[in-house]
Amino acid sequence: MDNIITIENLIFEYNKGDESHPVRAIDNLNLQVERGSFTAIIGKNGSGKSTLAKNLNGLLLPTEGVIHVDGYDTRDDDNIWNIRQTAGMVFQNPDNQLVSAIVEDDVAFGPENLGIDPAEIRRRVDKALKDVNMGQFKKKAPHLLSGGQKQRIAIAGVVAMKPKCIIFDEPTAMLDPKGRAEIMSIIDELHAEGITVILITHFMDEAVRADRVIIMHEGRILLDGTPQKVFEQEELIRSVNLDVPLMVEMGAKLRKAGIDIPQSIITEEEMVEYICQYE
Amino acid sequence: MSIRVENLIHIYDKGMPTEQLALDNISFAADDGRMVGIIGHTGSGKSTLLQHLNGLLRPDSGKIIIGDTDITQPGVSMVEIRKKIGLVFQYPEYQLFEETVAKDVAFGPKNLGLSREEIDERVREAIELVGLDYEEMKDRSPFELSGGQKRRVAIAGVVAMRPEVLILDEPTAGLDPKAHKDVLNMVEEVHKRTGNITILVSHNMADIARLCDKIIVIDSGKLITSGTPYEVFSKKEELRAVGLELPPVTRFTETLRERGIDLAATILDTDTAAEQIAAYLKGKAK
Amino acid sequence: MIRDITIGQFFPGDSVIHRLDPRVKIIATLLFIIELFIVDNFLGFAIAALCLGVVINVSKVPLGYIVRGLKPIIIILLFTFTLNMFMIDGHVIWKWGFLELTEEGLRTAVFMAVRLILLIIGSSMLTLCTRPLSLTDGIERLLSPFKKIGVPAHEIAMMMTIALRFIPTLLEETDKIMKAQQARGADFETGNLIHRAKSLIPILVPLFVSAFRIAQDLAMAMEARCYRGGENRTRMNEMKLKKRDYTALVLLTMFLAVIITESKLF
Repeated sequence: MDNIITIENLIFEYNKGDESHPVRAIDNLNLQVERGSFTAIIGKNGSGKSTLAKNLNGLLLPTEGVIHVDGYDTRDDDNIWNIRQTAGMVFQNPDNQLVSAIVEDDVAFGPENLGIDPAEIRRRVDKALKDVNMGQFKKKAPHLLSGGQKQRIAIAGVVAMKPKCIIFDEPTAMLDPKGRAEIMSIIDELHAEGITVILITHFMDEAVRADRVIIMHEGRILLDGTPQKVFEQEELIRSVNLDVPLMVEMGAKLRKAGIDIPQSIITEEEMVEYICQYE
Repeated sequence: MSIRVENLIHIYDKGMPTEQLALDNISFAADDGRMVGIIGHTGSGKSTLLQHLNGLLRPDSGKIIIGDTDITQPGVSMVEIRKKIGLVFQYPEYQLFEETVAKDVAFGPKNLGLSREEIDERVREAIELVGLDYEEMKDRSPFELSGGQKRRVAIAGVVAMRPEVLILDEPTAGLDPKAHKDVLNMVEEVHKRTGNITILVSHNMADIARLCDKIIVIDSGKLITSGTPYEVFSKKEELRAVGLELPPVTRFTETLRERGIDLAATILDTDTAAEQIAAYLKGKAK
Repeated sequence: MIRDITIGQFFPGDSVIHRLDPRVKIIATLLFIIELFIVDNFLGFAIAALCLGVVINVSKVPLGYIVRGLKPIIIILLFTFTLNMFMIDGHVIWKWGFLELTEEGLRTAVFMAVRLILLIIGSSMLTLCTRPLSLTDGIERLLSPFKKIGVPAHEIAMMMTIALRFIPTLLEETDKIMKAQQARGADFETGNLIHRAKSLIPILVPLFVSAFRIAQDLAMAMEARCYRGGENRTRMNEMKLKKRDYTALVLLTMFLAVIITESKLF
């Protein structure tokens, strides 16, 4: 298997005021992410999922353990810019990650930092804005855009750096349903183009789109597998105060009522098809 | 006690080239002990409406009558309005500023000019109403709390003013599933225990369908439709036309109905949906 | 309200003025300001105003929009005007109590007011017609020769860029916080000075907290996008002087010459 990210025995601790009692946010975690895959990471606040995300591109460095991103060790200072270019990141708050007062200049910020040739930056910026359907807004000021539009600009800013992998840290948490839908369809497109996607989210309907779901709890991996496999564990998931997708809940209720619904059904389309052809 | 909104009109930038009709003849009413949901996509005029209810904006015409006071009348003091109507904004934790939780919650009651004893009593009551332990929380800094706790403290700050109408704008925005549930349960609890009128604004149709007695749908400053969750969510086409969706479970059962599965129309909860689907499938298997 | 302020705002457009090299525009603005202080008669102002008028006309920024930007300084304007009017000795033309309006005073008052208005409009033309980022780029480039003596040119420019980006965001934030506190019964309008100053605390504390949160988030986001200071950084919009920039420089020199000659002659 060709892995873009490998994590070995990762421990991450930080100090919360008291030096002698560090808080352990990530507790001996091992993980490989396959190139080109779409992984969703779920967990409640404080489960360590955001800390994990920031470890993946060297924004945070392991207390113990090793992380390799596309072959580069994140602890090695010489690699840090390669790593951050390889693994781009989109954050939660659409307002607080845009640097420039003009959309296209903001998208150019990353490539400019990489020292890319001006003509090439121009090409990349135009392409990236087109990819997120924001071409007609390129001269606008970000504060005049909606939350979803701002988040699309943030994605374009990462795409223009030509990353192999993009980590989305709760990109839809602050958006309305329309904005959420826009961002999710862009994430699907990026994945289809071959970019490795790591999506950190609270929303189960977003997680079912992934090829792989990881549920984190107290700094460790609680469940890891295909969405079908993971969501079979409805009770375990609920016991750590998380939801399951609506169709998983529906399936469980129907099974209780004596209807034989396969556990592999987790999306609405699958459920509708199954019910319609039920004999 | 009741709230009646009559023919509310608000125009932004009146007389300017940018003039815009923000609220277009909105009327609705709610009685004591009711929970009213307001839905509409971002920019539909919801926030403008809420700010009118709280006296932050004045209408160009129309009335807002709480009990028997029309709060749009010039003579009505702001203190009087705040006593009647409490407004919790989106991300209310961003407004916390005091050194301790108790002091922050006391800010509203203090502004109402209450006596010290009264303030202390209300602060204690409000903190416990939002599901926090008064003794444990009162001296802590609001800035060191978790996201969900901060939000509760912020809501307590408005609850402590004992409003007859409590308005919450997206009270669960940005919270994780656990905190989301907790805050909603808390809102329900406050509503039941105080018997107030609660107005809940949310994009989450499942929450709105589950909690509210009545729903108001707003688009481009107009009231599109209103009624019980059942009535409103049976108008699928109308909602879609203004960019709103059905609650996920309703959308699912409606899709099944379109495919010829015989279910009741507009099912709003998963239990009923599962029961009906099971009954249908069992009938088919026989 | 606070959002009416147009000073420092950018007015999108595609005129020749908009397309000029920012460095040329910065130098032009600086020269224009210096010239306003060289000028010592109304003819000179008339020439300056005429040139400014031509620039405004070419830029296609509506005059009304520019004039609106004067609103916030009206008080300063009136204050200096009144002060000048009565405080300068000379030929008395009107008297009321201890107030003496002199011919010289009136002249100076009008003179100063005209100067101030031209100064504000002239410098706001720079920001109105220059994309904020080009402006900071221009400043960075103009300052870069001074890097050797320790002037942090890139850092200054980056700070300005971020300030420009976040001023509207913070204004919005302020508005939200004010409304939220008003909903909790806060009163910012009545009471004596101390009371009013105190009533700002519920706004300022959350605003600072917000600003710190933004700073933290933004720093993280910038790092994630490989920001590492000005070293080895390229720019999408390269700055090269074009024909129009040279034309502008020639025109500017001519304008300078006219003003200097004029002030020597009259």
